[in-house]
Amino acid sequence: MNKEYKTSAPTDSEIVFGILNNSESAIKRLYVAYFPMVLQLIINNNGTPDDAKDIYQEAIIVLYNKIKKGDFELSSKLKTFLYSVCRRLWLKRLSQMNRYGGDLKDFQDFLPVEEEVEDQDERNIQFSKMQSALGMLGEPCRTIIEDFYIKNRSMQEICESFGYTNADNAKTQKYKCLQRLKKLFFQQK
Amino acid sequence: MRDEQLLEAIERYLSGEMHPDERKAFEQLRTENAEVDQRVNEHQQFISLLKQYGERVELENRLNAIHSEIDVHSLTEEVTERPGWIIQMWRDHHSKISVAASIAIFAILGTLYVTGSLSNKSHYEELIRKVNQMQYVQSHSGKVSTHPSSTPASLPATDRYRATGFALTSNGFIATNYHVIDKADSVYVQNVAGKSYKAKVIYSDPNSDVAILKITDTAFRGLGSIPYTFKKSESDLAESVFTYGYPQDAPHYDDGRITSQSGLNGDSIDYQISVPINPGNSGGPLLDSHGNVVGIVKARQTQLEGVHFASKSTYLLAAIDSLSADSAIKKPVLNTKNTLSGLTRPQQIKKLQNYVFLVKVYAKN
Repeated sequence: MNKEYKTSAPTDSEIVFGILNNSESAIKRLYVAYFPMVLQLIINNNGTPDDAKDIYQEAIIVLYNKIKKGDFELSSKLKTFLYSVCRRLWLKRLSQMNRYGGDLKDFQDFLPVEEEVEDQDERNIQFSKMQSALGMLGEPCRTIIEDFYIKNRSMQEICESFGYTNADNAKTQKYKCLQRLKKLFFQQK
Repeated sequence: MRDEQLLEAIERYLSGEMHPDERKAFEQLRTENAEVDQRVNEHQQFISLLKQYGERVELENRLNAIHSEIDVHSLTEEVTERPGWIIQMWRDHHSKISVAASIAIFAILGTLYVTGSLSNKSHYEELIRKVNQMQYVQSHSGKVSTHPSSTPASLPATDRYRATGFALTSNGFIATNYHVIDKADSVYVQNVAGKSYKAKVIYSDPNSDVAILKITDTAFRGLGSIPYTFKKSESDLAESVFTYGYPQDAPHYDDGRITSQSGLNGDSIDYQISVPINPGNSGGPLLDSHGNVVGIVKARQTQLEGVHFASKSTYLLAAIDSLSADSAIKKPVLNTKNTLSGLTRPQQIKKLQNYVFLVKVYAKN
């Protein structure tokens, strides 16, 4: 029954170096190569294709961050790592939904990846706080903050696009926006 | 405005836009003023989180774009494990199948219940007679009851049953059915002359429905030699047989033939016989025309006409054999000389009647 899903995968080192060099195609190749494996895992363990997408993207992000931080050891295969993270995440999801029957049907070998998944969870909480804080911030503050801090645009450009007459006004506005954002962020439990 | 300027300074400091002199001064300020230092760290962390959040959103968008190019539907088809068609059908239709099966089961059970096939046992009537019922029937039909004189008035709270038994030996071993003495508190046997003796159950076997009593009464003086013998082999189909027993208080004779060599549902312990028997006949002897005991009459099928049952004599003999294993009881020695053979039926009955007893059973409620 446990047929292994075969696919022509890129080599692990190609992917790792690709991601380190911000190569768009590396991520795409990685994503396409192992999605069927994860889909198989989720579908055959009470999940839907949408669950598979969520879980898989989460795992890709874990892997991506790990590679970017430079602590992915090539001793374990990317495939195995991704499978293990997905498996762990899906187990968590299932028990949260009270649908875990105590038995997961496996298709691959897997590693213990609790630490990575916990770290990811922690970060996800921070990010969702940030997301809702930004959502509550309102315009034009949100765009100013995103433009300046996330998209790294200069104050000069922002001034022009918002039609501020001088850079000082824009800076004041940005300062107020940032203060509000911090307030909103730290208010959340 | 001091706060705003401080923030600007922090940002310039963190982004490395400060002139070396300015930077030195700011670092100086940082070391001297803990509050400023804390603000720097806090700002740095927050902005870093903000940037990471931005990166995450961007990465998610990229992944979504990649994902949208994958044909998830056909992949799903491909990786889904196809269980066998039976399991598939069960998954798709299990509720319908369950409902259909339940209806079918109910229909079958209902039919069986209505037609009575479910309750064989209830149509299998063991022919022990309850005295109170008979009294009622008798008084209802206008006949004078003969019971009150024969039943002790001191036992009103107990059930009284009547059945038949017959002597195995002249020293007081009596055979009857297990179901006769099943719930017995005390057992009496009464001979044709109306004399009662106390008896004790010394053997009972619910499987073959055989029980053996022993007359323990000190007034008992023994019987004459037993006129009948016991058949050691099975009787043939269509053999002429008769019985003699106590369906009423007076002894009763009836005859018929062996109609089957197996009993209810093919039970090999029993014969089926066409001898009409009634409550009270249970435990009576079934004899062939030569005066051999071939069985013990015990029950009838209430649904069918003329289907009556008798335990085969071989099981009675087996019971007597097993008695010898119990050293406390002297093994009954069976009579081997048949004095009934060759007599006419009325003569046979005349000889027989002294050896067939009315068994009276008193049971606690």
